[in-house]
Amino acid sequence: MEENQVHQDLASIRSLMERSSKFLSLSGLSGILAGVYALLGAAIAYRIIYINPVDIDRPVRGMFYEGSINDYIVTLAELFFVAMVVLISSVATGFVLSLRKARRTGQQFWNASSKALVFNMLVPLLTGGALMLLFALRGYFGIVAPASLIFYGLALVGAGNYTFKGVQYLGINEIVLGLIAILYPGYGLLFWAVGFGVLHIIYGSIMYLKYDK
Amino acid sequence: MSIPFDKLDKAFENRVRLQIMSILVVNERYDFNSLKDLLGVTDGNLASHLKGLEKEEYIIVNKSFVGRKPNTNYEATAKGKQAFKAHLDALEQLIKHQRSN
Repeated sequence: MEENQVHQDLASIRSLMERSSKFLSLSGLSGILAGVYALLGAAIAYRIIYINPVDIDRPVRGMFYEGSINDYIVTLAELFFVAMVVLISSVATGFVLSLRKARRTGQQFWNASSKALVFNMLVPLLTGGALMLLFALRGYFGIVAPASLIFYGLALVGAGNYTFKGVQYLGINEIVLGLIAILYPGYGLLFWAVGFGVLHIIYGSIMYLKYDK
Repeated sequence: MSIPFDKLDKAFENRVRLQIMSILVVNERYDFNSLKDLLGVTDGNLASHLKGLEKEEYIIVNKSFVGRKPNTNYEATAKGKQAFKAHLDALEQLIKHQRSN
């Protein structure tokens, strides 16, 4: 056996072990963009909550809303709409850019690893989503910011087994941030902006520089 | 000095078999089509190498149905994982041996 052949065997083993068990087409750029969408969304949400241009005379102080119940529902619906737009555009961007990266590097997009990745994310995300919705319906809106960070973090820690390790570190940061957010009830939006905006931009940039080139 | 070629597993002499085994040691199970896509080999070629590994009892085959489509999954046995590890150790020794020459 040639030495060259031994090295080739080892290189092919290493590469297959990694490629078969991990989804390596995840785009770092999509992480950066998701962070930007989240910051824009947070800015719009801030305007909706704290600077009410339609009815500036009636001040809104956090949960102690002094306006009519109708305005209250409208505000909630607007916030929900903004959150959905941020979520859908982030997922769509991640999907399109990862698909493009998979094509460029000649790898399968929908393979065993990406399936495992999606499944491992969906379980904590749907659990967290249902929990937040049920609490919100009972009037506990304060849970939304910390719970979304914590459950998203758990989803990332699970997903990190099937893609770049950095995803797991991002997940741990989101969980810690979510737990801290519980201690500061009035600052949900700020924590949300840091977790979904700033952290995504930081980790997305690291992944972009390390793996997207 | 003896050259440690004899420790290399004959079952892994073929690159495709070694590649199949590398995938199965890090994944609980893997299906036929995913193996084919990842390795870029033909159906017949892959099937014959899988048969070979099955005969050595290095892998086991699970056949099931997803809807109406047959789905064939492969799984490494304890014996297969052991053999793969021993083969890697032998490769490592071989490199050390060549370096020292």
